[in-house]
Amino acid sequence: MRQLLRHGRYVLTENRLTLGAFALLLVFVGLALVGPWIAPYDPLATAAAHKLEPPSRAHWFGTDHVGRDILSRVIVATRLDLAIALSAVALSFVLGSVAGACAGFFGGWTERVVSRLVDTIMAFPLFVLAMGIIAAVGTSVVNIIYATAIINFPFYARLARAEVNVRREAGFVEAARLSGNSSARILAAHLFPNCLPPMTVQASLNMGWAILNSAGLSFIGLGVRPPTPEWGIMVADGSAFMVSGEWWIAFFPGLALMLAVFCFNLLGDAVRDLIDPRRRT
Amino acid sequence: MSETAPLLTVEDLSVEFRTRDGIVRAVDRVSFDVRWGETVGVVGESGSGKSVTALAIMGLLHPAGRVTDGRVIFRGVDLLAGGEGQRRRYRGRELSMIFQSPRTALNPIRPVGKQIEDVVRRHADLAGTRARDRALGLLAEVQIPDPGRSYQAYPFELSGGVCQRVMIAMAVACVPALLIADEPATGLDVTTQAAILDLLKQFAQERRMATLLISHDLAVIGERSDRIVVMHAGHVVEMARTAELFRAPRHPYTARLIASTPRPGATLGDLKPIPGGVPDLRGNLPPCRYRARCDRAIPACDEPPLPRVELTPGHTVACRVPL
Amino acid sequence: MLRMIGRRLAIATPGIIGVIVVTFLLNRALPGDPAAYFAGPAATRQAIEEIRVKLGLDRSLPEQFALFVRDLARGELGTSLTSGQPVLAELLARLPASLELTLCALLFAVAVALPLGILAAARPGSWIDHLTRVIVTAGNSLPIFFTGLLLVYVFYYLLGLAPPPLGRLDPFASAPRTVTGAYLIDSLLMGDPALFWASARQMILPTLTLGVAVLAPIARMTRAAMLGVLSSDFMRTARASGLSPATLLYVYALRNALLPVLTSLGGVFSFLLGVNVVVEKIFAWPGIGSYALEAVLASDYAPVQGYVLMMASLYVLLNLLIDVLYGVIDPRIRIET
Repeated sequence: MRQLLRHGRYVLTENRLTLGAFALLLVFVGLALVGPWIAPYDPLATAAAHKLEPPSRAHWFGTDHVGRDILSRVIVATRLDLAIALSAVALSFVLGSVAGACAGFFGGWTERVVSRLVDTIMAFPLFVLAMGIIAAVGTSVVNIIYATAIINFPFYARLARAEVNVRREAGFVEAARLSGNSSARILAAHLFPNCLPPMTVQASLNMGWAILNSAGLSFIGLGVRPPTPEWGIMVADGSAFMVSGEWWIAFFPGLALMLAVFCFNLLGDAVRDLIDPRRRT
Repeated sequence: MSETAPLLTVEDLSVEFRTRDGIVRAVDRVSFDVRWGETVGVVGESGSGKSVTALAIMGLLHPAGRVTDGRVIFRGVDLLAGGEGQRRRYRGRELSMIFQSPRTALNPIRPVGKQIEDVVRRHADLAGTRARDRALGLLAEVQIPDPGRSYQAYPFELSGGVCQRVMIAMAVACVPALLIADEPATGLDVTTQAAILDLLKQFAQERRMATLLISHDLAVIGERSDRIVVMHAGHVVEMARTAELFRAPRHPYTARLIASTPRPGATLGDLKPIPGGVPDLRGNLPPCRYRARCDRAIPACDEPPLPRVELTPGHTVACRVPL
Repeated sequence: MLRMIGRRLAIATPGIIGVIVVTFLLNRALPGDPAAYFAGPAATRQAIEEIRVKLGLDRSLPEQFALFVRDLARGELGTSLTSGQPVLAELLARLPASLELTLCALLFAVAVALPLGILAAARPGSWIDHLTRVIVTAGNSLPIFFTGLLLVYVFYYLLGLAPPPLGRLDPFASAPRTVTGAYLIDSLLMGDPALFWASARQMILPTLTLGVAVLAPIARMTRAAMLGVLSSDFMRTARASGLSPATLLYVYALRNALLPVLTSLGGVFSFLLGVNVVVEKIFAWPGIGSYALEAVLASDYAPVQGYVLMMASLYVLLNLLIDVLYGVIDPRIRIET
């Protein structure tokens, strides 16, 4: 553990970019936690007198077509965007690792069912499948989380299956079996922990993608409903004004989104270097 | 000794590798020469720097490696002083090299005949069907059965021995003056080994092609070399005519090496392993890198420089207390 | 070769079956009573029941599935509620617009990413290597709708170089006679360079938007594959044979490096087909993505289902094509099957 911490410090200090990303992550997490209290305006309050104002001292990021303060909306949206992505990744992590680990350990029909499921999901272009799911079950925040989790599921299931499979016949598993452990216990206590490092790498590399994906769904109108502040929907709100020059409405939420994804991608790389240096490219 | 200048002279060649854990001095002031038509064997354990020396001569070192000192004079030209363009003109035409593990050393998705043809086209100014005919002729010369069919084959369809023959065909396509063969038979089965080595010897004799034969196996080297260079941990420790080296080795390492090599009439009990391993080549090294494994060392061995003594003409040894 | 294609098709079959089952199940997952929904708000109870029978919704799930598969086999994807037209015909009419855009974007991305990846691998540590790294890292983080809007703002609003983002042609031009459905090709077939230019101008920004998004993964894969190949044993042999730099790089290294790049194109396609929706929304592009999106927002499920099925089939076909190309390049696959 101490070695891991030391190595972590090394990774952070070695690469300035990673350090910057880490600082940025802290900012985002901070905004997600206290956003509603530090936002200068009410993110939902409209003001017809101040609509479409460019960035100014009063409104750093300008105002939108109904006079809402964009800075406040960007800040408040942080929590929702991160929460959606985090929940989706966590859900696919749990479902995928359990299904994959069982498939890898028990083989037989369990494995067949799981791999059929994985193959089926992978047979779709993933964003299209997400659209189809949401079209069927309806647009809501919970449904974006489900859809994003489902299209992410195959990556975790495959990884967990492969990791368990290579160790199924390993000496320490045999030893645990001979000392009278049940299959479930062997799987949970001996095999599953071994999958965690590569799965963690996968999850951290996945966060940026999950953010992009859910924001994309909101952007096309299949996610969060206006007027809730959310980066994707805010960019969509501003898109009509790009052709008439009111760039700030879409620009700032888009920038926040990009920075968040960038930050998670860089940290994902750092986590990979930390846990599994061999996969470095 | 010889009136004419040698074909290849390696002078004080030093190579370093940058690694995560520091600089590795893989080859340190290595000197030897190869005369026209002669076969020189280079022998040493893995990690002794023999392959690195060969790659440095060819100018094919891994990007992490760097020649820090020395000269490689081939036909009167310093290959290290010239650029990559100059070396490229020599490679394949006058200076060829074949490698270990022939199946991975050939392009996996190009028919082997085409790969020979590429060399012919590049260096022999042949084009069209004449280049193809030459490639087919070379396949026959290296005694591959049914050259027409083998021409179309991919490396994964051929055995290791046949792949090595293909590589030899590529190497000798333009009748080079020097062929460097780096463990050409290692990893092949015993009968194939002998056949490959015999083929190399036959080419060497027929075309007066000098050969630098590199192997960890002293038995292989002993049977087929005129002279032998013994390397240990990046140093040349001894150099002599083959018969003389076997009859009267002067470096303790050479003596150990000979004692650890199977000979006709010897039993397993006669084989003596060499104590210790190749030392770590990072950081500060003693002048004699065999020092830690040597049972003859005296305090003077710790003082630089490493001596290079010519005991009899053509027989040099890098040792303060030679046998 | 034919046998290989057959084998790949056999491997793809479970996936195709899965696609059909999932699409069917998604259809049944519609919230509320589909019969009441299809009948409309003013329908009487009796009318709803009639529709239920007509749609087969009164039967068991397996029976419904059988009907669904039968309709699929006949090419019936249902009727759009909003337009009253058969879904398949509408999708086919709009497909060329989407395909034209997707293929142009892919072409652009490959044309930029391959040289970048090759040069970055050939000269590690050089400025082009660093540039590639920046592009790869940034490209992975760019929300595609954001880049699209920025391009519109800069090239249309600020610089006035691009036409307004309003579809495949400006409203005053008339579309070329439909041969392939791709305006770029059809306008050339008509021998109308002005029309070709007009449609090309409309294509540029959406193509860039899509292309920039897939540039990064292709460049990264090319670089990694080239680095792997360049340090391989057979490249050392080729260099030892004194082959020319061009032969080394293109005949020996690149062809081998293309194999992993080709494999990664599967993921690229998955992405491209998906984000088409986003780009079509930004540029009012009349393709199947925007068609499906309108249908989703209008809760018109048949077109959505047709769209999902069509996309999945396209994706299966593209993966098949990739496998075939792989076999063409790699004799190990071609000969061993």
